[in-house]
Amino acid sequence: MPTTRRRFLSLAGGVTVAGTIPVITLRPLQATPAMLTTAIRNVVGEAQIRTGRVKLDIPPLVENGNTVPMTVSVASPMTAADYVKSIHVFNEKNPQPNIGNFYLTPSAGRAQVSTRIRLADTQKVVAIARLSDDTFWQVAADVVVTLAACTEEMN
Amino acid sequence: MAALINVPAKAKRGDIIEIRTLTSHIMETGFRHTADGKLVPRDIIASFTCRYNGAEIFRADLFPAIAANPYLSFFTVAKESGKFEFEWIGDNGYSSTASASITVE
Repeated sequence: MPTTRRRFLSLAGGVTVAGTIPVITLRPLQATPAMLTTAIRNVVGEAQIRTGRVKLDIPPLVENGNTVPMTVSVASPMTAADYVKSIHVFNEKNPQPNIGNFYLTPSAGRAQVSTRIRLADTQKVVAIARLSDDTFWQVAADVVVTLAACTEEMN
Repeated sequence: MAALINVPAKAKRGDIIEIRTLTSHIMETGFRHTADGKLVPRDIIASFTCRYNGAEIFRADLFPAIAANPYLSFFTVAKESGKFEFEWIGDNGYSSTASASITVE
């Protein structure tokens, strides 16, 4: 893993404090792609995830990761026989891989959800839709973030 | 708590309408530290529900990755006149409700 400034400082800080306090816990500041995979598996189980049908509208470059507008829409007729049951959104590098789970009904008319999210780093955002026939469809988008959210100091 | 709800006042039967909600909440992630190194405890809204004349039409699980003052927009088919009820539930016993009426012709 490359030595980042954050990692270096947290290690350096740990060494200085080590003289006085014996126990230092370093919690990972980022979710790893493995955590992303686990979070996705928690939702879909062993089912196969296909690419397509889902559209993720998110700016490719954001200045402020504290509020990033995002819209997920799924191509679906939204009838009682064929509708979107739920939409799940994940990230790759926030401290936690989940962003939101949205549960729809056939009476939605249109399978589309918008919200505003936080992104702690330049990373991949994944949206997965579960249809009424229990098939899963996904889409991923890369977002470049210049000011990170979530872990900054509070003033 | 203050919540902004945007639902059309009138709609034709069968129209697909957009519902937009915004509520004020800090959505503290639980991953931030104060300047002296203490962890700021998590305080977020974890769940949102919308009911249309008593029937649930939309539900969301929210995580710390949702921005402060959670905004949600979703759709439904205008079936009958009545009331939309919104409920936000969160950490530390947080609960907030709002409602909006619609006339369907």
